[in-house]
Amino acid sequence: MILNEKYEMMRKLYREFAETEFTDELLDRLEETGEFDWDIFHKMAEYGFTGVKIPKEYGGQGGDSIAYVLMVEEFARVSPVLSLYANTSNSLGAGPLLYCGTEEQKQKYLTPVARGEKIMVFCLTEPGAGSDAGGTLTTAVEDGDYYVLNGRKTFVSGAPIADYAIVYAKTDPTQKGSRGISMFIVDLKLPGISIGKPEHKMGIVGYPTSDVVFDNVRVHKDDLLGPLHKGFSTAMKTLDGGRLGVAAQALGIAEGCLEEAIQYAKDRKQFGRPIASFQAISFMIADMATEIEAARELVYSTAEKKDAEDPEGSKLCAMAKLFASEMANRVAYKAVQVFGGYGYIKEYKVERFYRDVRITSIYEGTSQVQQMVISGNLLR
Amino acid sequence: MKYIVCVKQVPDTSGKVAVKEDGTMDRSKMETIINPDDLNAVEAALALKDKEPGAKVVVVSMGPPPAAKMLHELLAMGADEAVLVSGREFGGSDTFATSQILAGAIAHMGLEKDDIVFCGRQAIDGDTAQVGPQIAEKLGLPQVSYAADIVPGDGKLTVKRVLEDGYMTIEAPTPCLITCIKELNQPRYMTVKGILEFEEKPYAVYDFDTLKDEPLIELDTIGLKGSPTNVYKSFSPPLKDAGITVQPTEEGIREMVGVLAAKHII
Amino acid sequence: MSNYDCREISAFSGVMVFCEQRDGVINQTSFELLSEGRKLADDLGTELWGLLLGGDVQSLARELGGYGADKVFVVEDPLLEPYTTDAYTKVICEVAYKKKPEILLIGATNLGRDLGPRIAARLHTGLTADATHLDIDTQKYLDFLAEASNLDLSKTEWDMEDRGLKMTRPAFGGHLMATIICPRFRPQMSTVRPGVLQCAAFDEAKAAAVQIESLDVPLTEDDIRAKVLEVVKETKEIVDLIGAEIIVSVGGGISRDVEGGIQLAEELAAALGGGVVGASRAVVDAGWLPSDRQVGQTGKTVRPRIYVALGISGAIQHKAGMQDSEYIIAVNLNPDAPIFETADYAIPGDLYKVVPMMIEALKEV
Repeated sequence: MILNEKYEMMRKLYREFAETEFTDELLDRLEETGEFDWDIFHKMAEYGFTGVKIPKEYGGQGGDSIAYVLMVEEFARVSPVLSLYANTSNSLGAGPLLYCGTEEQKQKYLTPVARGEKIMVFCLTEPGAGSDAGGTLTTAVEDGDYYVLNGRKTFVSGAPIADYAIVYAKTDPTQKGSRGISMFIVDLKLPGISIGKPEHKMGIVGYPTSDVVFDNVRVHKDDLLGPLHKGFSTAMKTLDGGRLGVAAQALGIAEGCLEEAIQYAKDRKQFGRPIASFQAISFMIADMATEIEAARELVYSTAEKKDAEDPEGSKLCAMAKLFASEMANRVAYKAVQVFGGYGYIKEYKVERFYRDVRITSIYEGTSQVQQMVISGNLLR
Repeated sequence: MKYIVCVKQVPDTSGKVAVKEDGTMDRSKMETIINPDDLNAVEAALALKDKEPGAKVVVVSMGPPPAAKMLHELLAMGADEAVLVSGREFGGSDTFATSQILAGAIAHMGLEKDDIVFCGRQAIDGDTAQVGPQIAEKLGLPQVSYAADIVPGDGKLTVKRVLEDGYMTIEAPTPCLITCIKELNQPRYMTVKGILEFEEKPYAVYDFDTLKDEPLIELDTIGLKGSPTNVYKSFSPPLKDAGITVQPTEEGIREMVGVLAAKHII
Repeated sequence: MSNYDCREISAFSGVMVFCEQRDGVINQTSFELLSEGRKLADDLGTELWGLLLGGDVQSLARELGGYGADKVFVVEDPLLEPYTTDAYTKVICEVAYKKKPEILLIGATNLGRDLGPRIAARLHTGLTADATHLDIDTQKYLDFLAEASNLDLSKTEWDMEDRGLKMTRPAFGGHLMATIICPRFRPQMSTVRPGVLQCAAFDEAKAAAVQIESLDVPLTEDDIRAKVLEVVKETKEIVDLIGAEIIVSVGGGISRDVEGGIQLAEELAAALGGGVVGASRAVVDAGWLPSDRQVGQTGKTVRPRIYVALGISGAIQHKAGMQDSEYIIAVNLNPDAPIFETADYAIPGDLYKVVPMMIEALKEV
């Protein structure tokens, strides 16, 4: 796909920002402490990255899905974890608000989230309801002007640093499966909410993930998001956008891996010549680059079709995530292989990429869930 | 109130420099970038505008049509207007000729009491640092070069001008011309919104016909033919990769130092 | 000025050097320019003039004679202290109008680069920036090319009678050299890079014989629009890697004796004519030198005239920050160290032994 001048300018902007601001020192600090870095987040917010895909009237930049995909890709190329910082507000966090928030809700919640003044996260997964989101056990029971929430959400990316959450809860226990679920905008400072300890993760270190527990949390009816009992279809729509984001993240990681591998292969000498001159290495690099190119085309064209409300959009988003994340895992594997023993050492970027890339085929629907979505679309 | 910033698109010499067989540089094979010091000049203007929202920032560049891309980026960074000075008659101009044309272009847009002209100290392709002061001279403006800090005042600027061993504080009345160095500031990035909206901002091309009647431009001292200076010969220094191995002995070292001294390197 | 015409080539003669002084001290570059100007004047069969501006500077004129000036023009005025662009431009142009030099040279110092272009624009002539080599005589120029270029000189027809000034300068960070001429206008002007041209020995007899001519150029407060409020000298050591002409960097190879290694680097930098000490990432990571000294992709990108790498293996990230240096000298124990691939002079040896030898050899130059 040939990107127009504006998209090329955006790529340049994202790349310059990432290469300048995502310093080795910062990346090492994230890795060592595992803590969220507010300085870089505020800088991203200052430049509007937290609202790239959010309309201008709600404090965003007014970009489209390609503008968003390019950002995640270029950020992930330098730092997979930092690509999440500006991602959440543009995908899972603000997505449901954009799809079905009232004007009042958008003004109240979307605008500060777009500007990076507040952080909003997405609470869907539960200990017993992962890929099967329909098995949600969290409940919300009407009580006057309020709903009373009870339950536990798990693996909530960004929970320890968030101000608000979109929470899915069963409002009609008589309905089975994914029906009877509603969405709520929940202020995480409400009484009865406790945030779990950040998980120790394999990768994406520096963006804390934890449980969120709701114990008789009273949420005002004004904060019911979208139609009662029909929240799940919105969740699925939001996940489409989220999957595109993960696909872009995987693409960026793969590009970072390829660049590292090429540089190393030219520099590293064995048997008296650069290892790039050995076919065993050069063919691996050829395969890596080819797969990346194929994924890039799929991701960009999916972004374009999604914005055009192509009826195949949902399937394409699943395909893009499935292919890009599996591809990126293969590419990261090969990059470590090119580095040999050095690739196993933490000082080298590919070691971190290798751990970071693993999540892309898991979160926001495992590869197998994507296969379910794709085949479901084809075989219905 | 206008802040006019002169900018140049230059080949990125931080990467590989492509050289043609005749020893001249092959610009077509090289990436182009906005001259780094010029970005500091743009940032200086934008920062002043942040304090003085009534002002507008006009970026002006002389160069071939592809320089438009750079001007688009500056609009996306926050500049309000862009002017591309472009014409075959201007091609091959040396610094004297270039500054005449740019001064003519600035005169064409009109220079008022509160206006300030900003330039980068020097461009990385020529490293001359001449165009800024020469524009100032043609426009009859006071100049402050090597600016590391700019404090606006009433009808004047107080500028910290860097010296080799310290600095001078200079007070200059407006209108004036300032050349900026990298210590002055950290240039901002574009924004996505700026990128999406840059086409809505005024953009003008000044060609030969636009400027030919400007009194500051003498038609016989512009372009390759008219420029006062000409390239007599250009060449690349002897190939670098033929590195010499020096023995770590007293004679070896002394010989190397001798060669370096003979070449006036030390 | 009424009879001044920048296009009337034959009306101009004499080589003029603007001799910069600050606080009554003439800078070294002025002496280098006079030494070079002497050769040019001899080739042309004309006089060499120094031009000295300031508040009270007449007593300095004699020194200029010692470096080759036949005559020194002195303009004194309290308004010429300290330097201002407006006052100096006015005075130098007035002198040029009167004396019509065919060549006018200015040191490419911080002030010279402020002043030179302003004067050239007012005198309506060309200006070459930052020249590193000057010739009048074509044969001498060809001799220079034979050494400094890989041109096939026989391919060009040269005008051996040409008396124009050929000003050679680096461009594109030293990737290219260009020789510039200014055939249609006078004076032929150039700023000249400090520290490049050779300085002649001071000649007492010539100093005694120098003619001094005071010139009167009327100057008023109103001539100076951009006014200097204060001049501050910074005693604090500022390590300016990016602007440095000479950098001596140390790498992991100094681990054997960190303090000794850094001290050797400092001594070598001083012996090379005053440089600064840089570092590889390994050195900064180990805390041996602060991070503002780091050269490389994640540190600073430098392109000094001379870069000396001591005990630096030459990781790509380091090379990215220094490979555009004009001359690279590398010292490393490992003869296969990648740094040697970019080095102009590769010294496979122990830095603790090699550096003292270099310092010793430099003293003899």
